[in-house]
Amino acid sequence: MASGPEKKALPSGSVLAEARRVSRFYHKDSAADVQVLDDISLTLRAGEIVGLLGRSGSGKSTLLRILAGLLPPSSGEVLWKGKPLHKPTQEIAVVFQSFALFPWMTVEENVALGLDARGIAAPERDKLVDDAIDLIGLGGYENAWPKELSGGMQQRVGLARALVVHPDLLLMDEPFSALDVLTAENLRTDLIELWSEEKLPVQSMLIVTHNIEEAVLMCDRIIIASSNPGRIAHVLHVPFAHPRNREDAEFRKLVDHIYALMTQRAPIVSEADLARMGKAQASPLTRSFRALVPVSITMMIGMMEALAAPPLNGRADLPVLAEKLQLELDDLFPLGESLELLRLAELEDGDILLTNEGVHFVLSDLDERKAIMGHALLHNVPLVRMICTLLDERPTHSIKAERFRSELEDSMSADYARQTLQTIIGWGRFAELFDYDEEGDRFFLEDAAPE
Amino acid sequence: MNRSWMNLTPQSQGSSSLPLRYLNSVDALLLLCLAALAIALGAAVRHMLGPLVAPAVTPIHLDMWHLPGYALRTTIRMFAALGCSLLFTFVYATLAAKSRRAGQILVPLLDVLQSVPILGFLSFTITFFLGLFPGRILGAECAAIFTIFTSQAWNMALGMYQSLRSVPPELEETARCFGLTSWQKFWRLEVPCTIPSLVWNAMMSMAGGWFMVVYSESITVGSTDITLPGIGSYVGMAIDQQNIGAVVAAILAMMVVILAYDQVLFRPLAAWSGRFRLESSNTGQAVEPWFLRLVRRTRLLRMCGNALLSVGRRISYLPLGSRPGAVQMKSDESARADWVWWGFLLLVCLGASWQVWAYAHAHYTLGQMAYVFGLGGITLLRVVSMLALASLIWVPVGIWCGLDPTRARRAQILAQYGAAFPANLFFPVFVVVIVHFNLTPDIWLTPLMILGAQWYILFNVIAGASSFPSNLLEVARNFEIKGWFWWRRIMLPGIAPYYLVGVMAAAGGAWNAAIASEVAQWGQTTLTAHGLGAYIAQSTQLGHISDVGLGTVVMCVFVMLTNALVWRPLSDFVARRLKLN
Repeated sequence: MASGPEKKALPSGSVLAEARRVSRFYHKDSAADVQVLDDISLTLRAGEIVGLLGRSGSGKSTLLRILAGLLPPSSGEVLWKGKPLHKPTQEIAVVFQSFALFPWMTVEENVALGLDARGIAAPERDKLVDDAIDLIGLGGYENAWPKELSGGMQQRVGLARALVVHPDLLLMDEPFSALDVLTAENLRTDLIELWSEEKLPVQSMLIVTHNIEEAVLMCDRIIIASSNPGRIAHVLHVPFAHPRNREDAEFRKLVDHIYALMTQRAPIVSEADLARMGKAQASPLTRSFRALVPVSITMMIGMMEALAAPPLNGRADLPVLAEKLQLELDDLFPLGESLELLRLAELEDGDILLTNEGVHFVLSDLDERKAIMGHALLHNVPLVRMICTLLDERPTHSIKAERFRSELEDSMSADYARQTLQTIIGWGRFAELFDYDEEGDRFFLEDAAPE
Repeated sequence: MNRSWMNLTPQSQGSSSLPLRYLNSVDALLLLCLAALAIALGAAVRHMLGPLVAPAVTPIHLDMWHLPGYALRTTIRMFAALGCSLLFTFVYATLAAKSRRAGQILVPLLDVLQSVPILGFLSFTITFFLGLFPGRILGAECAAIFTIFTSQAWNMALGMYQSLRSVPPELEETARCFGLTSWQKFWRLEVPCTIPSLVWNAMMSMAGGWFMVVYSESITVGSTDITLPGIGSYVGMAIDQQNIGAVVAAILAMMVVILAYDQVLFRPLAAWSGRFRLESSNTGQAVEPWFLRLVRRTRLLRMCGNALLSVGRRISYLPLGSRPGAVQMKSDESARADWVWWGFLLLVCLGASWQVWAYAHAHYTLGQMAYVFGLGGITLLRVVSMLALASLIWVPVGIWCGLDPTRARRAQILAQYGAAFPANLFFPVFVVVIVHFNLTPDIWLTPLMILGAQWYILFNVIAGASSFPSNLLEVARNFEIKGWFWWRRIMLPGIAPYYLVGVMAAAGGAWNAAIASEVAQWGQTTLTAHGLGAYIAQSTQLGHISDVGLGTVVMCVFVMLTNALVWRPLSDFVARRLKLN
């Protein structure tokens, strides 16, 4: 049926995929929809590697799935070679973060998946599979089962499976983030080498990542997305030739610059904003809240203590801190953001610095720390204030958590709502503002516990 | 009735097990509809079966050398039923998983079907199939096979449905991304995902299947005696002739059959299905079963196997069906269709309630219903007391075995075979003792119902104890925690999730066995205990279909009520509070 995947290279610079004003909402049963992507326009051209860099909540994986034709945009459209894209095409292949190998197929069968689906005859299929396996360095593993392979080898299978159909565009969803540092670096280098030598049977690649160095190392163009909802914040060109050296001064400068861009006083959506885009008839109690990432109190304290101690003395460069604390960007930013939310620290130009309150916190004993935290929570987290007010008003000093969960779900997905509440419970317990009874799913004031 | 055999041990389902559903009111409605359907079918069949011609009764010989032949016939019946169950499962589960509307009906329906006592079906199915093939042995065969089928199909279908619903999204995306058609996706992705659960459930329902096949081979409905050559009828004949030696021979033959089934079919299948497990953790793979090794190492067998697989592969890649597009979001239009759909369902329910009410009004008096509910209470008392007794015995034994790896392994195997063995083959042995010592049937027939079901408790407790985290045990030893405190605070909470699964399975088995165990025979002596099981069994024997119906519905109600009021809240509690890790 389908002709073989042989094809000629497109002229460099010709437009492959184009997203036009793409938005995406998560449909919810109850009230307003949650927006994941907001008005994204971007173009992918032949001959370039594009990085999509963003934190969790920037909808970058959603965008990748929309570009792959796996998800339809809620509004806007995606063009593939000038025509609207409504469903997956074999000209676009995807590599997944979790490898997504079929455990009941051997390496060879996994790689052959796309060819078998198209009914390509056995001799041609076998040749293409062999080529892809050799290209990606899987020779000798043809008959292995996926679970026998290390993560790095599994991802190579994922790559070979994507490349065997000779797609024009290769979409990669955090392809190296499930791998250990050494394996990931090895795979990146191999991939870039093949790309530079023009051995990869693809015209263009899009790499979704939250790793700044990875983006600078591999991409020709970096798109930085902001979070909640995902928007394109910046687009940068990377002027270095491959292979790139991480220790190069220019390289470091660009990495630092991106750190600074990503920690810019984030256009955090304020409550007012959310209320405005949410629903019109908001009663005093039904207002929108911010999603909180699960950051434990001990991590926040540990971070503040590390910041306060010499040699940092209250201020640190984020890349340096990340290295010192051995944290990934995706772990570091939520921490910093949570501290910023509580006004215990501030993010500024790729630096983090403790506020006076934060310094005071570090110098205090446990009881004082609880008091400071309680104060910070009450003043900076509207949901905590609401819980405490209601608990005080109630004669029983007890209230179902469910109502807050559904309240949160008006402005975020159910998952985020659960997560946010979980985080609030952890913080509130530390500050001894309220206690939570898991069994009965309710908040209560400790001294007024009915039992 | 075998509601939780699908997850006999908690780890077998892993993370894919769905939370218990709350469908109590839906369940009740569906039970109503089922009853109405049975009434309608019964009315239709009654015309057909006017003069019920007894099938040519095959004489059963008690000579030992007939036994292998009988065993083979029984085994073939099992296979036929397994094939039917598989077919049913594929159609039913796929429909339930793919069509939202069908799922809304089919899934709760499975829940109800699981609580219907299988032996209560028997009189309906036998009359139905005999009516279909009057005067021919085929009708009786079909009825027997259908009975086995009912003991397997529901939990296999539920297991497959759950696996279909938990296909990993990234694999699903991969399939779409690489352009697999719906046919290709079904066979290359969805079916492989369900294989572990299918094999596991088939294996587990075999236990119930053997019980049913033994029971249904020799049964009397009204004036019709049915005898199908097989181990069950052999035992029936032995009971008639009071030949204890033949009973023992049948037990031995059954053991051989079960052992062979296990070694040749299920061990290899279970090992092979390990490949289709999705969780990548390689939990110390057990040794390759000898039969699978034989297939893999023997050239001829391997060639046959590979040829089969490659044909299957070719068929699975046939470009049938469409390539699915992007996942669409739900539109408002379907909301209106939903209303129509629910309205239609409401009408069906109303119609069913009316029919059931009319039938009940015509056939039962209030006193009779109260009486049957009272009998249900007695049987409930039996079930509860037997569960308590079995727990008292097997929990300590299970823990003792489970804490030592070698002991645990041996006891585990023993318990699994025990559970697979049709306990009703042992009934005559007990009955002989009861008759001999002239014991009270009301008390001494009771243990029969737990005979087969007790093993579920044992092997789940063993599984729980052997997976109890050793560091927690070390903490206990470190603080010198001993005696009752150790049981109460350390061990019992730790094994509770496992124990609960076992006890739920045992309860299901016990209710079902009640029908077979509350009435027992030895030669001309018939022992009867008071209870719902005896009521159903006797009504079946007398051919009082409406009484059987009443008894069956009442038993369903009891089972569903205990599910809703006891097991579900308990499992919720245990899952919330006592699950380790």
